[in-house]
Order: sequence, then structure tokens, then C-alpha cells
Amino acid sequence: MAAPAAKGTSRTAQNDVASIKKKGPGALATAYLVIYNVVMTAGWLVIAIGLVRAYLSKGSYHGLYYSIERPLKFFQTGALLEILHCAVGIVPSSVVLTGFQVMSRVFLTWAVTHSVREVQNEDSVLLFVVAWTVTEIIRYSFYTFSLLNHLPYLIKWARYTLFIVLYPMGVTGELLTIYAALPYVQKTGLYSVTLPNKYNFSFDYYTFLILVMVSYIPLFPQLYFHMMRQRKKVLASGEEHQKSN
Amino acid sequence: LPPEGKALKDDEILQNLPVGTTATLYFKDLGPQVGWTMVFLCEYAGPLFIYLLFYFRLPYIYHHKHAFTSSPYPAVTLACVCHSIHYIKRLVETIFVHRFSHGTMPLRNIVRNCIYYWGFAAWLAYYINHPLYTPPYYGNKQVNYALAMFVICQAGNFSIHLALNNLRSDGSKARKIPYPTKNPFTWLFFFVSCPNYTYEAGAWFSFTIMTQCVPVGLFTLIGFIQMTIWAKGKHYTYIRDFKEYPDLRMAIIPFLL
Repeated sequence: MAAPAAKGTSRTAQNDVASIKKKGPGALATAYLVIYNVVMTAGWLVIAIGLVRAYLSKGSYHGLYYSIERPLKFFQTGALLEILHCAVGIVPSSVVLTGFQVMSRVFLTWAVTHSVREVQNEDSVLLFVVAWTVTEIIRYSFYTFSLLNHLPYLIKWARYTLFIVLYPMGVTGELLTIYAALPYVQKTGLYSVTLPNKYNFSFDYYTFLILVMVSYIPLFPQLYFHMMRQRKKVLASGEEHQKSN
Repeated sequence: LPPEGKALKDDEILQNLPVGTTATLYFKDLGPQVGWTMVFLCEYAGPLFIYLLFYFRLPYIYHHKHAFTSSPYPAVTLACVCHSIHYIKRLVETIFVHRFSHGTMPLRNIVRNCIYYWGFAAWLAYYINHPLYTPPYYGNKQVNYALAMFVICQAGNFSIHLALNNLRSDGSKARKIPYPTKNPFTWLFFFVSCPNYTYEAGAWFSFTIMTQCVPVGLFTLIGFIQMTIWAKGKHYTYIRDFKEYPDLRMAIIPFLL
């Protein structure tokens, strides 16, 4: 992070940044975002390579979660910064929407997969981890190239096409994993609070998980068809630019 | 065609507008609307009745052996009385006191608002009237102090609504700065722009202490956040519209917020 050389120049630099702000993030914010997106792309590549190596050495695709558990937790949790980016305004997305998306991933990573050890061996975990990994590698490289104003059509195409398969794949993996966790949550009373207690409050995590699963029914189609509409819009106008790329 | 500038007021007469012989009027379709009075009546009647369903422990809410029983704790009956009086007061104010500048709001709002009020009323009533309810830790002292504060805040809130109502007693729609009157409850106007919200937050805070119930606390917190947003909006509108607006006043919490 470069510090301003002298007080006079820093004020003019800030004025420039202030006038650029209306068009998008300032130069400093752009640099930070490029670094962030590059780091995230690299992180998910590490997870992808880890999965492939583990598969090759084990000879089967069972129980691969353990080989990428740490980087998965680190980089998926790191995505929380994206909420901050929206709140501060350097990324033009809705805080609520981004918050919702990131929190649902973090919820699955920590409150389900990490918390209920017995599901970590399930194949459904691999299903959503693979879906997330491919999606995130493409998404973060998309952002990186966009910020540098040099977006290869292939990346744009990939981002707005592969979701057609990856999104249902991820949702299936997530739902199956939550479903697999249910009996253990019920048996151990995980994260649950019962009456009576001096706060006069109760929470049943088992019921909560079921409600989460049910919420996929209205939410998934909305998000899926939103991406479909985005695809038509982006790729239709993209074809006109393709020749100039 | 996007129209520029603010919308015309309801009582402006076409002939008096500063336009030439031909004028173009832009209309905006606001979508299905519902009157504010109707919205408030629905929002407030719901919690009033729903709470009573739980207080009298109607069947299927709790275990069937508890149907139509009542709680042994006076705090629970007191909570029911307070909650009911609060919503009765709101209904009375809606019918007799409030004057609404805009007649209507979008239809979606009534659904969303009712879900919020009715849902929370059911949730907090469930715990307060539960057979396994635990009365407040410090017993009667806690309940009585909280009750006193609750009553004071209700009286305060009502006084402010009356004072605001009197600002437009001549039927005009012009905005005026509200000032403290002879009623001591209105003296909060020295310190905040929206003492009605201050008192409302205070009332729910007292209710939380009185029942010692986390869901009530959550309802109080969310309400406080929303009211702070509204208070800040009104506060800055006052400052913008009136050069002589008192400096000492904050939006909702004296000296702080």
C-alpha cells in the first residue's frame, strides 16, 4: 500500500479518487480487489488440486473431504470479506444478497459439515465441494479479469453457462448433506436450547435444519432463473463484442 | 418517460401552477394501494388477539394437559395486561389521533408488516405463557420497577402523539417544529426530535425486563433499530427544512443517537 509522498499531493490524489468514485472503485480499491480475487482464485485452485491428488493417491472418491478440509474452511470463510466490500461500496452488489449467499456457504461449511463429524464421509459432501470449487475458480478469475478490463470471452461464457450444471449439483450435495446430518443432530441435541431456562428461550436445531432445507424450494428456482436471465443478457451482448476481443 | 423533480401535492390547484397554456402531466402507477389506517388496524389487532390465544392456552399450542389452564405467576398475567393495553392504545390512536400525510401505502407492505407483527407476537407470547416459563430472576422487585417504567413510557408515547396531533389541529398540512408543552412527558422534546420513538423503545425495553424473555428482547432490538432509522430521517428533514431548529436535539436518544 503506497503512502502519499507529501501532504499537498495526497489531497489532490484524494480529489482524483473522489471524482473517480462515481465511476467505480478508486485505484487503491481496485488494486486491493485484484489482489483479493487473485488470492481467492489461487485458494480454490489449491482445493481443486488437493482433491485431484487425493483421488489419485487413494484410488477412490470416498472421504476426500479430509484432504481439503483446512483450505476449504479458510477460503470459504474468507469470502465473508465480500460482504464488507459491498457495505463499503467498492463492489456494486447488494449487501443483503451477497450476505445471504456467503452466509449460506459458511453455514454449510461450519454449522453442518464441520459440526456433524459423521457426515464428513458422505459422498454428498464431495458433490457440493466440487461444485463450489469449479464455480469459485471461474467466478474469482472472472472478477480479476473484469477489474483489469481484459475479460476473455471464455471466462465470461464459463461463468454464465457452467452454473446450469454446477448449481443444481451443488444444491443436491448441500441438501443431501443436511439430510444426512439430521439424525445425529436430533440424537445429540446439537446447538439446541430447551425450556425451562432463565432466558425463556428455546431453539431446536433439528427443526431449524428442516426449515433450511424447505427454504431451498422457493429460493433455488429464483436464483437459478435469475442467472438464466443474466446469461441471456450478458452472452447476447457479448457476441457483438466477440470479434473485437 | 421519467418525470423530473418532486411530485405535486394533493391540494395544489391546476390553475395556480406556474406553467404556460399547455402543461404535460406525468403519472406514476404506484401499484395496488391500501390506506394507512387499514394497515395499522390490521397490524395491531392481530397481536392483541394472538397474544390472548396463548395466554388462555388454547388447545394444540401447548401440551393438551395444559389446555385452558392458567399460569401461577402474577408476572404472566401482568404481561398479558400490559401487552393488551399497548395494542389497544395503538388502535385508539390509529382511529382517533393520528393524521397521515400520505393516504396510502403499497399493498405488499400490509402483508409484510402483518407477518412481522403477528409472527413476533405469537413467538413471544408462546414463551411468556408457556407452562415452563421461568419468572424474572429478581422477582417482584424486577417486575414492579419494569412495570412502572412501562407505564411511564406508555403515557409519554401517548402524550407525544397528542402533541404531534395538535401541531396540525387547524387542518393545515404544513410541517411545524414540535415543542415541549405544559405536559412533563413532552419535555423530552428538548432533547430529541422523535420522543415518541424514544418512549416506544423504552416501553418495550421495560417489557423485556418485566418478562425476562429473549424473544421480547429481540423484538425490542429490531424495533429500536427500525425506529432509529426513522428518527434519523425525520431529524435530518427537520434540520434541512428549518434554519432555527434547536441544536441540542438528537434523533432518538438524548445526547447520544
